[in-house]
Parts: sequence; C-alpha cells; structure tokens
Amino acid sequence: MTILWLALRSLANRRLTSAITVITIALSVALLIGVTNVQRSARSSFEGVISGTDLIVGPHGGAAQLMLYVVFHLGSPIANVDYADYEAVAAHPAVAWTIPMSLGDSHRGFRVVATNADYFRHFRVHGDRSIEVAEGSFPEGLWDVAVGSDVARELGYGLGDSVVVTHGLASTGISDHDDKPFTLVGTLEPTGTPIDRSVYVTLQGFEAMHIDWASGAPPRPGEAIDQASIRPEDVEVDEITAFLVGTNSRIESLGLQREINTNEDGGLMAILPGVTLSELWQVVGYAERALLLVSILVVLVGMLGMAMTIYTSLEARRREMAILRALGTGARGIVGLLVLEAGALSAAGCALGVAAFYAVLLALRPLIRAELGLQLSARPLGGLEWLYIAAVIMAGTAMAIPPAIKAYRDALTDGLTVRL
Amino acid sequence: MSGSSERIEPAIAVRGLRFAYPDGEPILDIDRFEVARRERVLVHGPSGGGKSTLLGLLAGVIPAQAGQVIVLGTDLGGLSTGRRDRFRGEHIGYIFQMFNLIPYLSVAENIGLPCRLSAERRARLGAPLSQAVSDVASRLGIGDLLGRPVTRLSVGQQQRVAAARALIGAPELVLADEPTSALDADHRARFLELLFESCHAAGSALVFVSHDRGLATHFDREVSMADIDRTAADRTATDRTAA
Repeated sequence: MTILWLALRSLANRRLTSAITVITIALSVALLIGVTNVQRSARSSFEGVISGTDLIVGPHGGAAQLMLYVVFHLGSPIANVDYADYEAVAAHPAVAWTIPMSLGDSHRGFRVVATNADYFRHFRVHGDRSIEVAEGSFPEGLWDVAVGSDVARELGYGLGDSVVVTHGLASTGISDHDDKPFTLVGTLEPTGTPIDRSVYVTLQGFEAMHIDWASGAPPRPGEAIDQASIRPEDVEVDEITAFLVGTNSRIESLGLQREINTNEDGGLMAILPGVTLSELWQVVGYAERALLLVSILVVLVGMLGMAMTIYTSLEARRREMAILRALGTGARGIVGLLVLEAGALSAAGCALGVAAFYAVLLALRPLIRAELGLQLSARPLGGLEWLYIAAVIMAGTAMAIPPAIKAYRDALTDGLTVRL
Repeated sequence: MSGSSERIEPAIAVRGLRFAYPDGEPILDIDRFEVARRERVLVHGPSGGGKSTLLGLLAGVIPAQAGQVIVLGTDLGGLSTGRRDRFRGEHIGYIFQMFNLIPYLSVAENIGLPCRLSAERRARLGAPLSQAVSDVASRLGIGDLLGRPVTRLSVGQQQRVAAARALIGAPELVLADEPTSALDADHRARFLELLFESCHAAGSALVFVSHDRGLATHFDREVSMADIDRTAADRTATDRTAA
C-alpha cells in the first residue's frame, strides 16, 4: 500500500510527463476502441442490409454476383427469370412469401427497383426493421414511384415531382424513358442500407415503361405507345430479375434451396443470404482488419513511449532509490514502485481513452450516420473491448519491468552512495 | 540471546571483515570493530577511504565478502537479502551527506516514511504516526516545517528532517555519512547538538563518519579508519614511503 501511495505521489509530482503519457495512451486506446466499434458497426450494418429473407433466387451465375445486384444494387444481372418459374417456386408448400424484383434501369445514377407491395410488407433490414414511408405512400399505381431517403435529399425531391427513368445504368442516358415519366408518391425513411439510394416502381410500371420496346431497343419512330393509353390490365409481366423467398421454417429453406439448385430444367439458383454476406465480408473486411492492426501498433508505440519515459527518468531517480533502500525497501519495493507507476499511468490512460471515445462517439454519431450511413453503436463496452483494455494495462505494466529491474540493479551497485 | 544472564549484545560487532572492489583491489580489511549500545562514535578518515562502504556494510545494503557483521546480535551475513532489508527498516536509521529527502513528499511524510515502509518500525512507535512525527520534529527544531514541500527547505533544515526520519521509531542504531559537511560551522554545531540529544532520547547508538576530525570532541569515542582498517594503514604506509 505504501508503495502504491509513493507511486501515485511520484506521478503527481511529475504532472506534466505523467499527463503527456496518459494522453498518449488515452489517444491510442480511444483509437483502438473506436476502430473496434467501427468494425463491429460496419459489419452489423453490412449484414443488416437484408434480414428475414431465407433465400435469394435468380438465374444461374455466381452467388456473390446475385447478392451484389439484388441487395447492394451493384453490377448488372446477366439473365432473367421466367415469371412462370417464379410462380412455380412461389406456389411451393414450403414458401411463406416471395418478393419479385426487376432491376437494370436507373434514375440519375440511382438504381431503379421494380417490385410489388410484398417488398414493403416482408423485406426487413437490421434484424427486424421494416421499410417505412417518411411521406406519402408506397408505389401502387402504374406510374407511381417512391424514392429512398438519400435520393430524396440529394435530388431535392418532394411528392408530386416527375421522375424520368433512364434505360440502363448511365447517369444521363441517351435512352431516357422521357415519354413515360413517373410521379413521386412517397419518400422512404432512412435505413442505412442501399434502400436509401434506390428508386422504387411497381413491376407493372417497369413493364409498361418498356411496353413498346423490342429486344432491348427503343421503339422505332411511329411505334411508340402513348403513356396515357396504357392501362394496367394491358401490362403483362413475363420476366423478372430475381426474387426473394421467405419460408415457413429455416429447415425448409435448406430443403428448398437444394430443390431449386438441383433442378436442371429450372435454370435457377438459390442462395442463403447470410452465408453469401459472410463470404463477401471476408473480402471487404480486409480494410477493417488492417485498421485494427494499425491501431494495435499505435497502442504499442504509446506503451514504448511510456517505457522510454520511465527509462530516462531512472538516472534522475537513483538518489530516490538509494533513499528507499536505506529505509529498508527491498527489490520488491523498488521494482513494485516503478511497475505500479506504469500500471497507474496505463489504467488512467485507458479510463481517459474510453471517456474520450464515448464523448467523440456521442458527439459525431448523428453526423456519421447522416454523412456515411453508418450507424455506430453506442452500447457499453463489450467483452472484446474489456479484453483490449486489460491487455493494454497488463502490457503497460509489463513494459516497466525491464526498467524496474535496471533500477534495482543500479540501486544494488550504488548501495548508499550515489555520486551526483 | 537467551543466555542465563541478560547480556545485551553490542550495537555493532565486526569480525574479520574484508571487502574488495570487483577488480580485486581491497577497500576494507577490519579485524575487529565494536560499538556499544547508545555509544556515539566518530569514524574519521580521508575521503575515498572506505568510510561509506563501511556504512553500507553495517546497514546491510552491501553484503560482506568475508567475515561477520553482527548488528544488535544478528549476523547480517546469515540473513537473506529481503530479511536484511527488513532488518534495516526496523532497526537502523540512516542519514546521507545531502539530498536525503524524497522530493515529492512533504516534510512530515518524509519523516514518517520509515514507519510506513516497515510495519515493525511502526510498531515501535508509542503513539499514532502523526504524533510521533511531530514529537521527533519538534525535538529537532523543525516542528513548524511539517507541512512544507521539501524543495523549499535550506540545506540545514533538510539535514534536520533527515535526522528526524532516521530517529523516528527510536531505532537502536543510527548511521550518518558526513551529514554536516554541507553545513557552516554554526549550523554544524547546532545540528550535532540536536542529533545527540535525539539519539540520547531514543536510546540509539550513533556511528558518524566524517573526514573532519575536529568534530571528535563531541563524541564518546573517535576511531580513525587507519586504526581499524588494515588497507587504510597500508595506504598510509605507502603514502609515507612515496613521500
């Protein structure tokens, strides 16, 4: 106890170096915990893009590719799914619900997703969040369109605005569907997923837009059909890009997946979203792991800085050690004093670092969410963070052991005479 | 210790003590040296004559290479390093030539430190620690300095604080390594007077090393290094031959 008291008094006496050391450690700990938090938040945000869906079904191809264009709206579909094949799967007894989707067009750089009311009824993000309208309603009519929150904000859209869809994915296409504009009926609440950057129309609307197109080419002059003359019952959907499936139970989804994938005639492929997301994360997660490695190195640099401070202070403290020896302090006391000082600095650094992390987190969370769409979690520290903190305190304490042993050796050779 | 007669062991009994530098050059070779309980002894000799090494050996900070150092009846060579440290904390007070004080503690904390570091030393106090600190401080005339940071003391005041720290808990033996060499004549006399009074009150023996033989009149006994240490006698002889 006396040694701890001495350690704290000694640190208090060297306020400036102690404070600098504590701040160095605090910054590195805040960085480490921050990176851990961003890593975890990014992963949960990444995996939260699709929830509650048991299977994604699309044309044969790569699983990752299917996931990328259906969920992340990246890349383009290579083939389509016959509507009849879709209906066959939808009628399967294991299936609870389905969401058909058609993709491939865009609006000023934002992807257009054609789907039906089941999308808004069954699609979930971040565990159990459904998609909500911020204003207006989901698209129902042939020429209705709803936009995600980012689209509404960036393009300054409001209800009643006219939206012209571009054929293909160029931001300003030469082949705008400008003869068949949609009317904005709703804007969606932010979700922190690609939904925020999507434009939603009905499958019928998507089909109607292309009604006078032939083999992927715009209508020849004179063959265009006037928008006003198209009635919903004239429109027939015969192809979609992919569809999502919810089954009655998890086990049935595995059986259904096998059934779809082994059916040679169907030409369909079913993937489990969770599995494919994990595979994708292995690829995109490298950046986070590199970041973690860097922050661990920063912590090590902080620790080494502290060890260096202790080393350089030893020469000036030889007198103090000789006095303590004269008063009956043994090896344990001398080593303990320096080790406790380092331990106290490390612990104080960790405490300050955690406080700084939460202060910055709470201050910047709304901004990060708005600007980056990343929902940082503001939960109490998890097991991993506590493990890091324990490791920092232990490593910091251990850093003092070599200088402490040197101090004791010096004290032994000095005896009670220190030449100054 | 448990003889039929209650014989009190001397404060110090040194027998056949030899000590050399790592390079083999001998520094000390003391056949016999004794200090009785409560005795005040001045050990004088030239600088670099092994006086500080002798104190280190008596305090048990440096282990003897040959011979015995028996303090209060305990052979220090028979104790482990840790036990020697504890023994020193309990039974010995030590005063350095200068820079005696822990800079980050107050005067009172410096004086009380031996009792915080050694439970045995603390157990010797007849009073609560703060009371014991102020008693020993007022005996040394520094009762009004207790709350002060030690960095704001004169050298004379620092040495008195060091003496108070050496004497708290009334150790049987006080070792002092030229504690007056940085003081002027007036302060030196006053310091010695207070140190003697305090040692007397505490019942402590005092071994005081100095190169200044002029202090001898104050002590019960003076010992020249050349008288007890054969290496010193040899050095003197060599010097004479060279001259």
